[in-house]
Order: sequence, then structure tokens, then C-alpha cells
Amino acid sequence: MKSIRAFIRRCAGLFGKDRREQEIAEEFQAHVQMQIDENLRRGMTQEQALRDARLRSGGLTAAKEAYRDRSTLPILEDLIRDTFLAVRKLRQRPLFAATSLLMLAIGVAASMTLFAFVDGALLQPLPYRDPNRLMDVTETTGRFRRANLSYLDYLDWKKLNRVFNSFDAYTGGGYLLNTGTVSMPIPAARVTDGFFRTLGVTPALGRDFYAGEDLPGKPDTVILTDAAWHKRFGGAKDVIGRTVRLSGVPHTIVGVLPSSFQFAPRGDAELWTPLHASSSCETNRACHDLYGVGRLREGITMQAALANLTSIAAELERRYPGSNREQGATVQPLAELIAGDVRPILLMLLCGGALLLLIACVNIASLLLAHSESRRRELAVRSSLGASRGRLLSQFVTEALVLVIAGAGSGFLLTGFAVRGLVRLIPEYMLAGRPYLESGVLTLHGLVMGAVLTMLMAAWFTIIPSVHLHLSDLQTSLAEGSRGSAGRMWRRLGSNLVIIELAIALVLLVAAGLLTKSVSRLTHVELNLVADHLAVLDVAVPAYRYPKDEQVTTFTQRMLEQLRALPGVVSIGLATDLPVNFNGNTDWIRFAGKPYHGEHNEVNERDVTGDYLRTLKAPLLRGRYFSDVEDASKPRVAIVNEALARQYFPGEDPIGKRFGNTDLKPDTMKEIVGVVADVREGSLDSPIWPAEYLPFNQNPARNFSVAVRTVQAEETILPLMMSTIRRLDPEVGIMNPGTLNQRIDDSPSSYLHRLSAFLVAGFAGIALLLGVVGLYGVVAYSVSQRTREIGIRMALGAEQRSVSRLILREAGRLTAAGIAGGLVCALFATTLMKKILFGVTAWDVPTLASVVVFLAVVSLLASYIPARRAARVNPVEALRTE
Amino acid sequence: MGEKTDVWQGTLALMVLKTIEAMGPLHGYGIARRIEQISGDQLSLNYGTLYPALLKLEQEGAIASEWGTSENNRKAKFYKLTRAGRRQIEQATREWEQTTSILTRFLKPVKEPA
Repeated sequence: MKSIRAFIRRCAGLFGKDRREQEIAEEFQAHVQMQIDENLRRGMTQEQALRDARLRSGGLTAAKEAYRDRSTLPILEDLIRDTFLAVRKLRQRPLFAATSLLMLAIGVAASMTLFAFVDGALLQPLPYRDPNRLMDVTETTGRFRRANLSYLDYLDWKKLNRVFNSFDAYTGGGYLLNTGTVSMPIPAARVTDGFFRTLGVTPALGRDFYAGEDLPGKPDTVILTDAAWHKRFGGAKDVIGRTVRLSGVPHTIVGVLPSSFQFAPRGDAELWTPLHASSSCETNRACHDLYGVGRLREGITMQAALANLTSIAAELERRYPGSNREQGATVQPLAELIAGDVRPILLMLLCGGALLLLIACVNIASLLLAHSESRRRELAVRSSLGASRGRLLSQFVTEALVLVIAGAGSGFLLTGFAVRGLVRLIPEYMLAGRPYLESGVLTLHGLVMGAVLTMLMAAWFTIIPSVHLHLSDLQTSLAEGSRGSAGRMWRRLGSNLVIIELAIALVLLVAAGLLTKSVSRLTHVELNLVADHLAVLDVAVPAYRYPKDEQVTTFTQRMLEQLRALPGVVSIGLATDLPVNFNGNTDWIRFAGKPYHGEHNEVNERDVTGDYLRTLKAPLLRGRYFSDVEDASKPRVAIVNEALARQYFPGEDPIGKRFGNTDLKPDTMKEIVGVVADVREGSLDSPIWPAEYLPFNQNPARNFSVAVRTVQAEETILPLMMSTIRRLDPEVGIMNPGTLNQRIDDSPSSYLHRLSAFLVAGFAGIALLLGVVGLYGVVAYSVSQRTREIGIRMALGAEQRSVSRLILREAGRLTAAGIAGGLVCALFATTLMKKILFGVTAWDVPTLASVVVFLAVVSLLASYIPARRAARVNPVEALRTE
Repeated sequence: MGEKTDVWQGTLALMVLKTIEAMGPLHGYGIARRIEQISGDQLSLNYGTLYPALLKLEQEGAIASEWGTSENNRKAKFYKLTRAGRRQIEQATREWEQTTSILTRFLKPVKEPA
């Protein structure tokens, strides 16, 4: 209590110094005077009295000093004085201050922004109970490492496994929310009864699904996400128990999930319904449409779980050889599923940001070094006037702190904007279910990281100039007043720093070069279609309006006719899945007349209308396209892609060959009528799979995409397309209107590659600028320090050319060292980048070579300017300067 | 001891407070003289010791100061006790008595009863 009070009074003592000084003087004066009075009273002479009084005081100056120290906080006072001094020094050199602050701010913002993303995506635990025990559990096949789980397999796995406390399954879905006039397509997910309990999530309102609620025939119920509750139902408190029509079927709302709920694998799902495994797929063991999520029992490892499930899968394979051949199991942490694919990219970007910060710190350090050189005398004078080493050091600490706090502070502010800006660059579908990407940077991790960075930088900026100045022998440097030795010393340290800068710049340039090349390879990958002028949208035809297949084909034919009649439409087609999307939705096929041993010949299946492949402008290699009159009443036909022809009909003509399902059931048999070039169905960076294109009218689907080739700019026709479909039937759902090019650009592989190339190129550009400016600074400084030497050389007859060669040789040595060091680091760094590169090897010689040449040329240009200045030194002037 | 000893810190505060308690509001000079006198001139108090100590006590709220006029008509700063100061005297006195009584036992050991 007492000491706190005293502390506050001492802090207050920082103000009102003048009055206090006067009071001390007066009080001491009074004290002396009273002593003199008494002495006189005792009979001393005036002189003796005075002398005695002074003697007793014990030194007035020291007493005043002690009093002052007690009246304020000396450390704080020094700190404030140093801070003012540091700020004033920065303001005296606005250029240095501005560049340092800018560099620091950019470096801090770059690393903190990326750290925020890394933190959100990789470090923060998933918002579930005990998330480390949650596993992503799926089947695996030859083609898919992570293949869907079939419902019947799921039931067996759930029953037979001994490794999970609970095991549930989910799948995507969508409903048409009937809101009077139009149907709104709403993304949804269907889950087994214990799904939320397995995650450890409890509804904020209402109830969870009860056990058995997911079985066929149970009442239709739905749980809303918090977002859906607010968006679709205005957050009404009485929403529980209400009935909503979803795709024509009344569902009872039984619960609302908490606002913190997220589930990235089905991130955009707003409605969660019980599985009610009754669809044709879920009664067929060979039809796979689910993903599993399991909670490991206490003490069970992932490996043990995998072993257990693998043996169950093997048992099922024995029991059901037809459907379960080569169906294994995979188990991975749920966190890995959610963040695994972005991890290498995020970590690489974080490293890029950190390198940028490092280069900024190195650059500022060399500026500080150059500056401290010019302060040598000032410090020597202060030190000989009695400033202690600690006092001088604290001056450096304060200056570093002022610089770092101002720079890093603005960097942190910038981080806020940068995070928001970057989030805007992320496509919506990636953000869905990943709220961590939208959250700011103010997590505990972020704060700690920021504090650590600030302290490290402050330490670095303190150590550099103070070590350099050798605070202990300041006096000697005053005595010498020399530049020679110190100059050499600075050159050594400063030039080593420049080597680091150039090396970092080279690493970043190489990374940027490789990533750019990857993007270019990726965007120039052969699609075997013309993506321009294609308007696309997704359509959902409600089953309650069109229960029969013929009704669906009648509707789609009418829709196609009306859309084809729109102005500017060249051709139109529809398909169950658009290209550059994913490999999947596969079919197992068996060829008539070929040996068969039960293997699963897994091929992409796309059900398309007759003009679809023509609309894409996919080159037809042999045979013919379909016609839309080929419907269920006509013999079944198929078009295959080149990959299928090559794999299954090597050296044969596939036209006229027949294939069907694994049992060769007669109603599945179809004849190959055409071979089309390998249209890229999967993502840009995945391989081409064999594919079959079947007539839509023989295999109608209620969810499909429409592609329209237009004369005009393709996006302008979208509103017209939508209104045409709505007029035809307002209850048909329309989703994701856009262009094929947009979809390709926004596809994860393209998007992630572009974003990382863009960011790393930005980092590399800044690093190059900093490195080259640093080199220029070193060479220019060295020239200014060697003016006398150059003067002597020239006076002794050296030519201008040889002088500039002298300087250039020094610059060349630094550049060469930087490039060599950088190359070693780059080889190491790019090896780590292998995973994110596409179509480029990590040690891509052309990229490495061009970066080296580029950096060398730019560096020599930067050193040429000071070298030319050196050559123009006038010997007479130069010798006079000393 | 022929030499005059310097006052050691912890004790000075109590001496000052006791002095003011005994004498009423008093200026620095008066406090110094009084302490020197009571110590039988064994202690010497220079300004550098006395005034920071007074300032500390004032900052801690044990005493308050006010400008006034001395008996010889000199302008001087007078220090007086506050309520907190009185409490501090009581507490410090208790502690000192305890300390000294313990120390006394060490310095003059009493024979333990057999």
C-alpha cells in the first residue's frame, strides 16, 4: 500500500520540476541559515559559523541530487529523455526513419498476416470436444486413397470395429426450400444419428437427433445452423417445432446448432438432416456416397484403428467379393482432412513472409551501422563526459525500441487490413466452414508471436550498433578520431549483411520463379475443350414435381429447346458434372468378350446430352456424338475418352465394342459409338482418368449443370437463362450461375497456385529491391570511405578504368558470395516446395540460371553508379579532404 | 566509538517520526538537531540522508509538509504527522521492540534452568 502510494507520487514527480527545484533550494537555504544562526549564538565568528554550517550539510549538490532521485523515478526519467532523444534523432533523418519504418511495417505485416492464417488453419484446435481423437474414416480403392463409404459397409464397420467410442457418417446434399414463389436451393448435409455427439457438439436450441432417427421411415426432421436460422428464419425463438417444406417434403425443425459450429468438409451446409438411408444408393453395397467420422477410444492409436478397420474390410471383401473387391480402409486425423492440403502452401508463404522480415531487419541493421559510424564521436564525447556504458547502452536500447515499436506497431495495424484483404481474395466456397480464416489476428498465439518478434527485433537493433561500436574503447576512438580501422570494421560487418540480403533475395526469386512457372504450366494444361464463351449454371429438378425419369427428360428437353432459342446461343448441352471439377462419380465397368476376374474397372461417368461435347468443343477422334433421340427406348450407347480407349483397347478400335456393369446385366450393356479426346474432368493438377459419356436421356439425373456456348460475352446471358428456366418452372432450383473460366480460375488447385505465386512474387520483388538498395549502400559507403585511397592511386597514375574496376570487383565479390550462398539455400528451400510445384522440378535449371543472371545484372547495375563516382574522384580534392 | 556514525536507513524513518511526534510540527533543521542531540551527538545527519528520507515518508503519506515561519522568523518547511504516520510509529515501535528483545537474549544469554 505504502509503496504503491509512494510510486504514484514519484511518477507524478516527473512533472513540475521547476517548482520543486526552487523549494529544495529554499528549504536547504533555510536549513543552512538556521545552522548559522545557532552557530553565531554559540559564539562563533561569522566566518566560522558559515564554514561549520557548510561542513555539516555534507555537500549541498550531492544532497540535492539524492533528493531529486527520490522525488521522481530516475530510470523512467532517463527513459523518457532517451525516447525524446531517439524520436528527435529519427526526425532529423526522415529518409532513414521513413524507409526503416516502412520496411519493418511491411516485414511485420507480411509475417504476421501469414502467421494469422497458419494459426487459424493449422495451430488452433478444431472446435470439437477432444478434437485430437476425431478421425476421418473412409474406404480406399486403387484409384481413390480416400473413397466414399457405402452405407452397408458403414453399418458393418460400426458394428464390428473395436477402436471407436462412436462412429458416424455424413454426406453432402441439398434441398429446395419452397418459399411460395420460387425454390431456393440450399446446401445441406445428411448425417447418421450420432454425428453431432461424436463431434461433441450440442445444439444451442432444441434437441440433437435421437438414436435411430436416421433409420428409413422415421419422421423428417432438420437441424439448422446458426447462420441458416438467422438468414432464413430471422432468428425466431419459436423456430423449434415449425415445419418447413424442403424439396416438397415437410420437415420439422428440431434444433439449432451453436454459432461456433463449423464442419469444413461440408462447410456450406445450412440444413442437417438424418440420413434415412433409403435411396437406391444406400441400399446397394457397391454404391459409395458417405464419409465416416470416428472418435477413437481412449488409448487407441490411429495405426491401431487403421489395422482394425483394414481387417474388417478384408473380412467384408471375403463375404461380398463382388462389391467389396479391393475396398480397403483409410484413417486420418480429421484435422488433417481439413487443413492437410493447404499446409505446405501456408507454411511456404509463412517462410516467405519471415524471410522478408529478416531481410528488412538486415537492411535496417546495415543502415544503423552506417549511422552509428557517424555517431562514434558523439558517443566518445558523452562517454568522456562521464556517461556510463550502461547509460550509453540504454540509449541504444531506447532507440531500437522506438524504431521497432513504431515500425512493428504500424505493421500490426497493417496486418489487420492485410488479413481482411487476403480473405477477400479467397473464394467463398473455401471460406465456407472455415471461420478461422475470417477471424482477426488477435488470438493468443498471434499476440505471443507479435511480442516475441518485437523483442527479437529490438534486441537485434540494439546489439548491432553497440557491438560494432565496442562501447569499451570509445575513448581511444576519440583520441584517434580516425576512420581507418573503424571503416574497415564496418565494411566487413556491413558487407556480410549484404551477402545475407542478396542470398535471401535469391531464394525468394527462385521460389517465385518456380511458382510462376507452375501456374503457367497449370493454366496451360491441355483441357481438350474451349473454355471461352461458356456460360454455366447448376440445376436441381425437384423429385416431388418430377418423380419419374421420363418426366425429367421431358422437362430437360423443353428447357434445352427454350435456352437454345435465346439470342446469341451457339449450342447448349448439359452434364451431370462439368469439366475441371473432380475425378469421381465413377462407374465400375466390364467389357463384353474380355477376360474378367472381378476387378473394378473404375471410370468417370458423365451423363450428357447430345450436344454437350460439341458445346465444349471437345475434339471427337472417332465415331459419332449422341443424338437426343437416343432415350430409354433406344439401344444404349456410350462415348469413351481416349484414356479409356488406350487403357482397355490397346491397338484395337473400340467403336462397336460393348460393355456393361460388373455382372454384364443385359439392361446395362451399351455400345461404344465414339471416342473423344481426354476432356479434363478432374482438377488441373490431377491426372486424366478413363471416362465414359452416357446419353442423359438414357440415364437422367435431377442434379445437373447446363453449359451454353454464346456469341456474346458469356456472363451477359446468365440472367436470361435463369429467367427462362424460372418461367418454365419456378420450383426448379438454380445454383452457381457463372462462366466456365471463372470456375476454372476459382478451382482450388488453380486458385492456390495463383495466390501463392502472387504472394511469393510480391515478397521476392520487395526482397530484390531491399537487397539491391543494400548493395548500393554498401558500395557507395565504401567509395566514400576510400576517397583518399582512390585519390592517392589516381595521383600515382591509376586510370579511371582501373579505379572503377577496383570498386566493381569488390561489389562483384559480394554479389558472387550472395548468389552462391543463396543458391545453396534455394536448392534446400525448393526441395521443401516440391509438393506445391506442378510440372516443374524443384531444381529447374532454366529458372535457377535466369534468376542468377538477373540478380547478377541488377546488382552490377546498382554498384556501377558508385563505381563511376569513384572513377570521377578528383585526386587533388580527395587528398585535401583529410 | 569516537567517530560519528551515519544513520542506517531503516531506523531513520522511525527516529524522524518519533521526533515529530514528540516535538509537534518541525522543520528539517529542527529534526536533524533533535536526532543528533538525542543520540548524544553520536549520529550525524547530513542533508543527503535527511531530506530524501523526509521526502520518502511524505510520499508514503506518513507525514505532510507545509511552509511556515521558524522561531527565529525564518521561512521554513514544517513537517507534521498524519494519521497514517501515527499508525506507522505504533507498528514500527512494536517491531523494533520485538527485534531488540530477541537480539538482547542472544547478546546476554540467560542460563538455562537445569
